[in-house]
Amino acid sequence: MTELFPLVLEGACTRRGGKDLAGPVDLRLEGQGASIIIGPNGSGKTSLLRLIHGAARLSAGTITWACPTDTARHHQAFVFQRPVMLRRSVAQNIAYPLRLRGVGRRAALDQARDWGVRVGLADCLDLPAPVLSGGEQQKLALARALITEPRVLFLDEPCAALDGAATRDIETILADAKAAGTRIIMTTHDIGQARRLADEVIFLLHGRVHDRARADIFFDAPATSEAAAFLRGDIVQ
Amino acid sequence: MGDLWEGLTRAVWLVLTLDPDLMEISARSLQVTLTALVIATAIALPLAALLSVRRFRWRRAVIAVLNALMGLPPVVVGLIVYVILSRSGPLGVLGLLFTPTAMVIAQVVIIVPLIASIAHQSLRELWQEYHDLLISMNVTQWQKISTLLWDGRRALLTASLAGFGRAIGEVGAIMIVGGNIDNATRVLTTAIALETGRGDFALALALGFVLIGLAVGINLAIHWLGRTEREGRW
Amino acid sequence: MTTRGPMVALACALLCIVSTAPARAAEVMRMAVTTSFHNSGLADVLLPQIAEDLDLEVQLLVVGTGQAIRLGEAGDVDAILVHSRSAEEAFVAGGYGTHRREIMYNDFVVIGPAADPAGLREAADATGALRAIAEAEAPFVSRGDDSGTHKKELSLWSDAGVAAEGDWYNAVGAGMGAALNTASGLGAYILADRASWLNFANKGDLDLVFAGDPVLFNQYAYLPVNPERHPHTRHALALTLEDWLTSDTAQVLIDGYTIGGETLFTFNADQGAGQ
Ligand SMILES: Nc1ncnc2c1ncn2[C@@H]1O[C@H](COP(=O)(O)OP(=O)(O)O)[C@@H](O)[C@H]1O
Ligand SMILES: [Mg+2]
Repeated sequence: MTELFPLVLEGACTRRGGKDLAGPVDLRLEGQGASIIIGPNGSGKTSLLRLIHGAARLSAGTITWACPTDTARHHQAFVFQRPVMLRRSVAQNIAYPLRLRGVGRRAALDQARDWGVRVGLADCLDLPAPVLSGGEQQKLALARALITEPRVLFLDEPCAALDGAATRDIETILADAKAAGTRIIMTTHDIGQARRLADEVIFLLHGRVHDRARADIFFDAPATSEAAAFLRGDIVQ
Repeated sequence: MGDLWEGLTRAVWLVLTLDPDLMEISARSLQVTLTALVIATAIALPLAALLSVRRFRWRRAVIAVLNALMGLPPVVVGLIVYVILSRSGPLGVLGLLFTPTAMVIAQVVIIVPLIASIAHQSLRELWQEYHDLLISMNVTQWQKISTLLWDGRRALLTASLAGFGRAIGEVGAIMIVGGNIDNATRVLTTAIALETGRGDFALALALGFVLIGLAVGINLAIHWLGRTEREGRW
Repeated sequence: MTTRGPMVALACALLCIVSTAPARAAEVMRMAVTTSFHNSGLADVLLPQIAEDLDLEVQLLVVGTGQAIRLGEAGDVDAILVHSRSAEEAFVAGGYGTHRREIMYNDFVVIGPAADPAGLREAADATGALRAIAEAEAPFVSRGDDSGTHKKELSLWSDAGVAAEGDWYNAVGAGMGAALNTASGLGAYILADRASWLNFANKGDLDLVFAGDPVLFNQYAYLPVNPERHPHTRHALALTLEDWLTSDTAQVLIDGYTIGGETLFTFNADQGAGQ
């Protein structure tokens, strides 16, 4: 199995209309656990995630995987803050990435049904996806991301619009995926969620990595005053 | 009023007696228009999808041209096709003028811009919805297009039906390129024009009612086939 | 995906409709004829007999004389049957047609409101009739489409020494039937060929108000398209058809054709003049 990590960002930066959305960022990510990116609104979390995933243009610097970038992308999946529902049934939505990869219709749908059951969508597999509730849609998105057995899973505030129960279900799925060896890179503005899931924390401010530490250290004794203020719930500029 | 009523009763009579001439020109109308529709759809839908997902240099120009062509008078299309297919024209050797094939060509030219333009509007919206997900999944151009065409099929059906409506009711262009030859290129619309010219308004109206019935029937049939799909919100 | 079935059914239905191919006769040729000839209904008598005698399907393109000549010039038809002598002679002189063969004639008539406000029924000859219309400034509808009928009308106006212009003169730029429809709507006078008039269904208040002047005779001629200019034309078939059109069979059919008891055409082909 080709190794994706370490992933190294050097001066990586994504720009749009002359404005730095994120970066320049220097970062080295190893192949285990869950990295949680936190930071105030507009600090560039989404932009950084998209940049690493390859969905945002790299305007300066380099992003180097331990393997060719195409191979790395093949083993990634991305879950959006607002899930995108294809105008198909739930099962067909979940099967879609497999169909793209050339898996036969029957086999893909069988796997999709398995995954649907696993994320708790057993009752709505044949419904049109756009009629699902927000929480169900996000579960669908997770199943659709996990069905290709990605080595890296990116999640952009996946629980931002969900209630407690749905959030808990999703965290359970994520914990299972992590236990199965999936590398998780996720943004959140929910400190509690960060505490529950993080192995390490990356604190972003004005598009740059302001602080980065192992989770227990970050939450017990943040190294920077801004991180400390953010954890206390103060407004950080 | 008298003509209207007589037209209606004659239409009913012609249909009930399975009038052979009526059957023949109705079948030819359908044959020409449905052939044109299949060809035009096969050209217009992928074109619309391509215009939605792909940024190329002439994209805006192509869209503008399509929208402009939508308003082109069919007679002009007919004249251009005529001049091209005439024995003295560039494609004269094919001997296609005054054949159903020529009528199909003219109708294709007329409805491709219409279908492509309507389809493009809905596919563009769908693409905005799907963009992030599909980019993230690293799909190929072809996969983008096929996904959009499949998931947008309802809107695309509407676009095709608009094309059908325009084609089946078209008279100017196919009169010119088909020549309205009895037993060869006469269709419902050109027959209506002919009977109007002869002052036989009742027969012209009867043919008109048959045409309307045919168009409504085909629309209902296609919608009915579409509805047998699972009812969804899209 | 339970959705495939209907789509497949639809596609099949389309393909079924798309495949039909009727063939009626062994040979097919195309002839451009004038609207007035076609409106007479004579074609419906001649064509079936031609199909039977010659096993030949003659496809008619019904157009104005001007367009008929253009079709012949472009080689899009194999022969033309029209009634405008000067245009026909120019056609042959230009090398587009091999020769001109007179077949038959019918006549033009002046149609107008039954009340005849301009008093055409008292006119002595065709020019007198037109002068009466101009003097009364009674509404007049002209084909205005460069057809044989239109050309005839223009030459009659110039014979009458009247400038055909003014509010009363309406050039509609349309075929015989459409022009008759307009005249019926306007209560106007119009020059028409007798055949079109007799077959016209929407007569309304119109009536025949003047006819009979020999100057109104309308000679039809048959012109095969020149195969030297257009090698693809079915010249042999065109000559076969010419032989038939000038035959005794054709003469009987043409002279015997009547509408409402009225004879329309007079066969006058010179039967010794064939090629
Ligand atoms: N497509 C875009 N064009 C211009 N500016 C953008 C775009 N996307 C994001 N931004 C800006 O970039 C900054 C970072 O945005 P984002 O990465 O979404 O932050 P976060 O996810 O941390 O809230 C914000 O100021 C935002 O307004
Ligand atoms: Mg964000």
